[in-house]
Amino acid sequence: MLHTLAVLVENSPGVLARVAGLFSRRGYNIDSLAVGRTEDPEVSRMTIVVDGDDRVLEQVTKQLHKLVDVIKISDITADEYVDRELVLIKVNADHSQRVEVIQICDVFRARIVDLGRKTLTLECTGNHGKINALEETLRPYGIKELVRTGKIAMVRGTKNNTGYQDIGTKEEN
Amino acid sequence: MEITAAQALVQCLEKEQVELVFGYPGGTILPVYDALHDSAIKHVLVRHEQGAVHAADGYARATGRVGVVVATSGPGATNLVTGIANAYMDSIPLVIITGQVSTGMVGTDAFQEVDTTGITIPITKHNYLIKDAAQLPRMIKNAFYIASTGRPGPVLIDLPKDMAETKIKFYYPETVHLRGYKPTFRGHPNQISEAAKLIAQSERPVIYAGGGITSSRSSAELLALAETINAPVTNTLQGLSSFPGDHPLFLGMLGLHGTRAANLAVTNCDLLIALGARFDDRVTGKISEFAPQAGVIHVDVDPAEIGKNVPVHVPIVGDVKQVLQELLPRLEKRTDPSWLEQVCTWKQEYPLRYEVEGALKPQYVVEKLDEITGGQAVVATDVGQHQMWVAQYYRFRRAGGFISSGGLGAMGFGLPAAMGAQIGLSGEQVILVVGDGGFQMTMQELGTIVEQQLPVKIIIFNNSVLGMVRQLQKVYYEGRYTAIDLKFNPDFAILAQAYGIKGYTMRSKEEVDTLLSQALAEPGPVLINCLVSAEERVSPMVLAGKSISDAIDC
Ligand SMILES: Cc1ncc(C[n+]2csc(CCOP(=O)(O)OP(=O)(O)O)c2C)c(N)n1
Ligand SMILES: [Mg+2]
Repeated sequence: MLHTLAVLVENSPGVLARVAGLFSRRGYNIDSLAVGRTEDPEVSRMTIVVDGDDRVLEQVTKQLHKLVDVIKISDITADEYVDRELVLIKVNADHSQRVEVIQICDVFRARIVDLGRKTLTLECTGNHGKINALEETLRPYGIKELVRTGKIAMVRGTKNNTGYQDIGTKEEN
Repeated sequence: MEITAAQALVQCLEKEQVELVFGYPGGTILPVYDALHDSAIKHVLVRHEQGAVHAADGYARATGRVGVVVATSGPGATNLVTGIANAYMDSIPLVIITGQVSTGMVGTDAFQEVDTTGITIPITKHNYLIKDAAQLPRMIKNAFYIASTGRPGPVLIDLPKDMAETKIKFYYPETVHLRGYKPTFRGHPNQISEAAKLIAQSERPVIYAGGGITSSRSSAELLALAETINAPVTNTLQGLSSFPGDHPLFLGMLGLHGTRAANLAVTNCDLLIALGARFDDRVTGKISEFAPQAGVIHVDVDPAEIGKNVPVHVPIVGDVKQVLQELLPRLEKRTDPSWLEQVCTWKQEYPLRYEVEGALKPQYVVEKLDEITGGQAVVATDVGQHQMWVAQYYRFRRAGGFISSGGLGAMGFGLPAAMGAQIGLSGEQVILVVGDGGFQMTMQELGTIVEQQLPVKIIIFNNSVLGMVRQLQKVYYEGRYTAIDLKFNPDFAILAQAYGIKGYTMRSKEEVDTLLSQALAEPGPVLINCLVSAEERVSPMVLAGKSISDAIDC
């Protein structure tokens, strides 16, 4: 089963290597990993989608906690949350296909961000499923290049569910 | 006044009350060595960096203090790797300071540059690459704190040469702020009550005690627990010497080469009280048949160990000492004799056995050693058959008296570790039992032992083979012995003499008493080359994939 973890880490050099190394070393499967700064410049947030049963997930969480640079881990899989991925797709679109591709763009609320003589470059955000659907729909036209960011996620509502300020960090048993 | 970061580093070590460091110099670490020149901190010059880490490890195990290592970049750092991994696997607190090429050169494949922090991520509790000299004191403070608290372990600081030479305003922080590192010390009170309840209900409890007892210095609490609830105690390899080896409740070591009594007691118990132990595969054998009828109470300072290998009924995260101190007052004295009678029957029916008659037997030498020292010596070992014979036949009666490489099983550990232990415990009897193979992996440290005038007593069980590997080839490969022959060993007694160490050769059983007594009474280092048979095997033995209740005689 896929789990979505929101992991707050010290924004220190090497932190990505530590986290990525931990996953590969212990044989855990990362489905996607996205990382960037948070509202606090000293803290980064990783959104990690990891595949495994409850036992694996318990170990993943505990092992992550052991990293000194990891401040807080929240498994938000069961929470109500918003998640987004960004994709850039360069797709074949010569004269005969251009209109169709632009129509597909409209349906998916993707934006055209660049034009080539025979290609269009699209940008689209959405959840995992939507991005997959767009990719599948465009595949028959010939995708020349594609890049996805991996998923980022945030729990709905006013409370800061994943912040380290309002909840104790590692003191739980 | 401004001082260099290297000078600040030395002052930090002084503030941490470091009395000595083990190290080996080289280009990039020279600023630190220059600063050490003016310091009261003693520097022990080893003969190989691996010796420095193992020595610091032995020192830390013997004293409970943080061991400190200094080495240069590149080959200096890579030579440390085995020792760091060893300390990591056995949870030994070390602070390791390595030189690094100057920041401008980092990443250019400069002379003697390796990615030390990258290499050591998987084998350190944490590491730092210093990129801002002013931050060095805080990093040192953090390093000592991280190394010595929670589940202890090695922490490495990689110090580029230009950073070491940068002038900074010295300030040593009093406190540590690490929002990502907050170890739990006190066990959850409800869980402790739960444990007390389970203990009261149990009929056949067994205490399974590991290295956590030694690292939290809680042998007294362990003894009190065992005697209060009248439960037999078995130790892991790392746990040995945390419970008196001659105590009627003691079952000996469990697992692969454990006693039958210990393995049967665990297999038949209805409650397993795991204290500072981690259900290692060498302990559990076939995991589905490990303590199959038991409820499990697991106390460990590292939450990740709980439930990692076996399901646990009462998990308690906390320092074993503190947890036991809170648990003890909640327990009733138990007296029901039937379970202990059963356990005693196993002990009598299946004692450890070897053929006493005939040639010089390693087991006999260990028994004699135990007799002469009254179990009070600090005994270090290397890795192999000799290690198992010490574990089986020495009845440790000094808490923390056993020093051995458990998790990593690193040959070459013994000699430098014994050396470090002796430095930390001057005036105490430190004995090394080592194989002829492993001794040759780090025997260059004889030079350090002589230089430091350390009275370590070195006993080589010289069977002229890699005995443990030979045993495996006998058991699993029909005796097709490959690459185990050490018949070109030097004469170790003469080798010792070349270093100015008294060297003796022991050939027969009749010599054991006198030679051992004489050697142990010597004020300086002594080496005894015990010529033993290659045919001797460690017994009993649990074969791969089998239940620990199903051991064979070897
Ligand atoms: C560094 C290292 N290399 C290889 C091994 C595998 N190994 C385990 S025991 C052993 C043989 C040890 O021989 P010796 O030191 O003579 O001790 P004995 O078993 O004969 O007592 C070997 C090679 C190891 N544990 N460590
Ligand atoms: Mg040997």
